[in-house]
Amino acid sequence: MSEPSLQEDVDPDGEGQHYVLHLFVTGASLNSTRAITNIKHICEQYLPGNYSLEIIDVYQQKALAEQEQLIALPLLIKRFPLPERRLIGDLSDTGKVLNGLGLSR
Amino acid sequence: MSLESANKPLKSLSKSLTGIRGLDEITGGGLPKGRPTLVCGSAGSGKTLFSLEFVVRGALEFNEPGVFMAFEEKAEELSINVASLGFDLDQLQKDKLIKLDHVHIERSEIEETGEYDLDGLFIRLGYAIDSIGAKRVVLDTIENLFSGLTNQGILRAELRRLFEWLKEKKVTTIITGERGDGTLTRNGLEEYVSDCVILLDHRVNNQISTRLLRIVKYRGSMHGTNEYPFLINEEGISVMPVTSLTLDHPVSSERVPTGIPALDKMLDGRGFFRGGSILVSGTAGTGKTSIAATFANEACRRKERCLYFAFEESPQQIIRNMLSIGLELQEHIDEGLLKFHASRPTLNGLEMHLVAIHKQIKDFKPSVVVLDPITNLITVGSVSDVKSMLMRLIDFLQSEQITVMFTALALNSIINEQTDEGVSSLVDAWLLVRDIESNGERNRGMYVMKSRGMKHSNQVREFMITNKGLELVDVFLGPEGVLTGSAREAQKLQQDTGNVLREHAVSRKDREIERKRLVLEAKIAGLKEDFESMQEELNKTYIEDELRKEVLEKNREQITRSRHNE
Repeated sequence: MSEPSLQEDVDPDGEGQHYVLHLFVTGASLNSTRAITNIKHICEQYLPGNYSLEIIDVYQQKALAEQEQLIALPLLIKRFPLPERRLIGDLSDTGKVLNGLGLSR
Repeated sequence: MSLESANKPLKSLSKSLTGIRGLDEITGGGLPKGRPTLVCGSAGSGKTLFSLEFVVRGALEFNEPGVFMAFEEKAEELSINVASLGFDLDQLQKDKLIKLDHVHIERSEIEETGEYDLDGLFIRLGYAIDSIGAKRVVLDTIENLFSGLTNQGILRAELRRLFEWLKEKKVTTIITGERGDGTLTRNGLEEYVSDCVILLDHRVNNQISTRLLRIVKYRGSMHGTNEYPFLINEEGISVMPVTSLTLDHPVSSERVPTGIPALDKMLDGRGFFRGGSILVSGTAGTGKTSIAATFANEACRRKERCLYFAFEESPQQIIRNMLSIGLELQEHIDEGLLKFHASRPTLNGLEMHLVAIHKQIKDFKPSVVVLDPITNLITVGSVSDVKSMLMRLIDFLQSEQITVMFTALALNSIINEQTDEGVSSLVDAWLLVRDIESNGERNRGMYVMKSRGMKHSNQVREFMITNKGLELVDVFLGPEGVLTGSAREAQKLQQDTGNVLREHAVSRKDREIERKRLVLEAKIAGLKEDFESMQEELNKTYIEDELRKEVLEKNREQITRSRHNE
């Protein structure tokens, strides 16, 4: 159940604030659905129009597990801006998520 | 406390051969098939190599592909590390026999933001297993997860689920774990893996290191419970071939001559039993090596193979020295019947020696083995170590029906205090060579301390090393006791003198008797003459009487006739 990236074209290069996020989930498991809800909520709230989010179901692409060094799922990888960060869990701890995304004020 | 391993009674555990030398013997056929096994030990104890060899041998020898999931080392590092053992991991990966997967987990890169599970690992492992049809899995060292992830509750639940899942997958798994304080593993993995736990250890005693392996538990199976030394050499791990669990060697009643006829005679006339173990002990310079070399020589003369382990002298030295007693060992070497293996005891630890001995024996397949001397091994191990090593060696040799002769230097000439490495109770026969000192000279005496299963002489025999070989001489029992050496010679001379004198005396008496007989005979002849003349005299008167009577008769007739005829 991969979703097309939700690209909002508000100056992608402007100040390097365009976020590229990959969320790895396992089917429709409880943690996965929670994580999807949570990240969408956070993105809409804190990065409106300034992010691309790709949701990948690892069950569909098992080879990815090795390539992406997946262990704990769900996993959110912040590809951009650097540094790359990995957030595991259902992203319910908003404070930590924001901290991980470098959005904490 | 484990959810796993509902032991099925009546159905014996099926096992999966590891291919690691010696281990399959201890475990009675390998690790539990389709179940997880925990291999734990401290850093550098050989866990990774152990598990890697399990996978590689499985792929190469048992046609069981394997997945090696490394949490510590990168795949390339692993390949390089085991290339020295001749394992070509890259090629094996290309051949789809092995799948290496390096799991990288770094806490600093990870933020935990809520509930999670280890599905990623499951999917990854499942994918790897399915992609090559793996039958074996190694997780080395899964405990690294504990340092990468903080939520212990989740981790433990997930690990439990993982092991269950592996069982369902029917893969034979090795999980390695770092040894913790007072526990087998730092994070208590033994709690989840309850079928088989193997502990690896690495100890240094007197600057000599020994690796040890112990099967802590093996549910549903007989196993050896001792600590077994093991080695890592150019052929991988070999667990020491071990005291066999049972004492049920085949035995032979065939006999092996010793090469010293008189000694054979002391041993029921036929020598030692084949497959037996013989200890020759004695003080310095009593000819132990000579006895051993003679024994070896005799084996070669029977066209049997003999392997001679020298821990003191070089082969050349032994060959030269043995020429002086008439043994041409070089000939046997040229024929390929005799092989020397010389090494300094301090070259390596006891276990390494044992392995070297093993390897040589397996390669050369001798029927006679000589270890000369075992005493020197004590420099690299304690008495009990040496004893246990020799015990294992004897076990092995007996099971192979190889006759072995040890020589041992006794530091003390008092019998009760013989330092024979305590092997005297292990061996089947024990020859003791000792000095007998008297009259300002030293002689060698030999006796058979014990010889199981045969009648043997209780006599001390004098043991002589001549240029024609070894000889045993009857100890001379003189009026003053047992005599040896020149005292024996002197006594013998004295006896010889006595003999000559006695012979002389005897002949004088003989002559006198002869003379007496002659006198007697002469007398008898005289008497006979007398008797004959007397008889003749008697006869003469008798004949004269007859004649006279006849003449008278005639005359009377004539007279009568003339009266009538006139």
